[in-house]
Amino acid sequence: MKAAPFAYVRAAGVGEAVAALSEGALVLAGGQSLVPLLNMRLVRPHTVMDVNRLDLAHLHRSGADLVLGALTRHRQVETSPLVRRDVPLLAAAMSHVGYVAVRNRGTTGGSIAHADPAAELPAVCVALDASFTVQGARGRREIPAGEFFLGPHRTALAADELLVETRVPVPPVGSGHGVAELSRRANDLAVVAVVACVAVSEGTVTYARIAVAGAAPTPIRATVAESVLLGRTPSADVIASAADAVADATDPSDDLRAPAAYRREMAVVLTRRALRQAVTS
Amino acid sequence: MKLTVTCTVNGREVRADCEPRRTLADFLRHDLGLTGVHVGCEQGACGSCTVLLDGATARSCCLLAVQVDGATVTTVEGLADNGVLGPLQEAFRSHHALQCGFCTPGMLATATELLRDNPRPTEAQIRTALSGHLCRCTGYQHIVDAVKAAADPGEPEAGEEQHRS
Repeated sequence: MKAAPFAYVRAAGVGEAVAALSEGALVLAGGQSLVPLLNMRLVRPHTVMDVNRLDLAHLHRSGADLVLGALTRHRQVETSPLVRRDVPLLAAAMSHVGYVAVRNRGTTGGSIAHADPAAELPAVCVALDASFTVQGARGRREIPAGEFFLGPHRTALAADELLVETRVPVPPVGSGHGVAELSRRANDLAVVAVVACVAVSEGTVTYARIAVAGAAPTPIRATVAESVLLGRTPSADVIASAADAVADATDPSDDLRAPAAYRREMAVVLTRRALRQAVTS
Repeated sequence: MKLTVTCTVNGREVRADCEPRRTLADFLRHDLGLTGVHVGCEQGACGSCTVLLDGATARSCCLLAVQVDGATVTTVEGLADNGVLGPLQEAFRSHHALQCGFCTPGMLATATELLRDNPRPTEAQIRTALSGHLCRCTGYQHIVDAVKAAADPGEPEAGEEQHRS
């Protein structure tokens, strides 16, 4: 199908973009989700606002955080030496997002604001306690990832706010990471995905982060599973009990990709795999 | 409301007026007559409309034409040199990597990017790269063979983008 007619504006600055948002424009960033929705007429905005020329493609380290401008592209994040050194979990998770052609265009800000419950990047943000800087007509505010995702494609972002930056706290030096995903074919949308980051010091887990995508209306942090690991030796048994604890945190629903019970079971299996990768990487 | 788009397509500067809702795929086909761009699903799933945008693959159905103002686009028509097939195209021909040819332009764009970024890919890397393209006739094996044949001869390096199942 072809999109219904709409007006097109190209924002020259963040202030101008926010003004257009308050008049009901939809944001076009990488377009990898929005343009198909336009083509299928599942959305019919009166105005599409292209933010691609805003100066938001920065990617740098600032103190204890990695800072990603909203227009950083998935492929840029995936291949960035800085990201691979400081937050390798993020680079690894990015390699699971769509195909290279999709990653060349898709943006971090777009993926976060789109809030697909099965998407990898929101899960990494939840796991690592990232925060999002959003700009509205009344100024900027920070929203922690744990409070940002409200439901499938629903976020704490107000209609007239633009996500401008993501700050990801850099995990401890020497921590390992794991990404385990179930999808119907390589690089297809995840049915369930688990991301994990674990630091082990003198044989004991000192830092553990686990998040699950595709097993609840939002990405979820598996805090009980994390506490099972903390202070213990990450043996196969400990990893298995941590993974078992993930089941209760999930809240999956049935859909055409997988029944709820299968998603819950896969969340456990994939957590085991992700943790095994994390403690051996 | 029509907007003017100026961009470089296959080495030639072009200019055309189009509605904002025009996808890059339809712009290339209908406004520029480049019917080598094939439109399959219009939702980024089949890969047939893949082109090179500023040297990087992009699904032309998932971009608005107005977004490429000032950019450089290469379609399958730009891969041949004055009617002489490039090495990758030649490999597709000699390995019977196409039957109906519908998916071929997209496959070629992706394989062009792959071989540029990783001149000696493993078979698993080739399969991963092509996983975003649907072919409904040949069954992929000859396509993989063709990309392998067009790759730099020699042992693949231990790449980082291994095939994941």
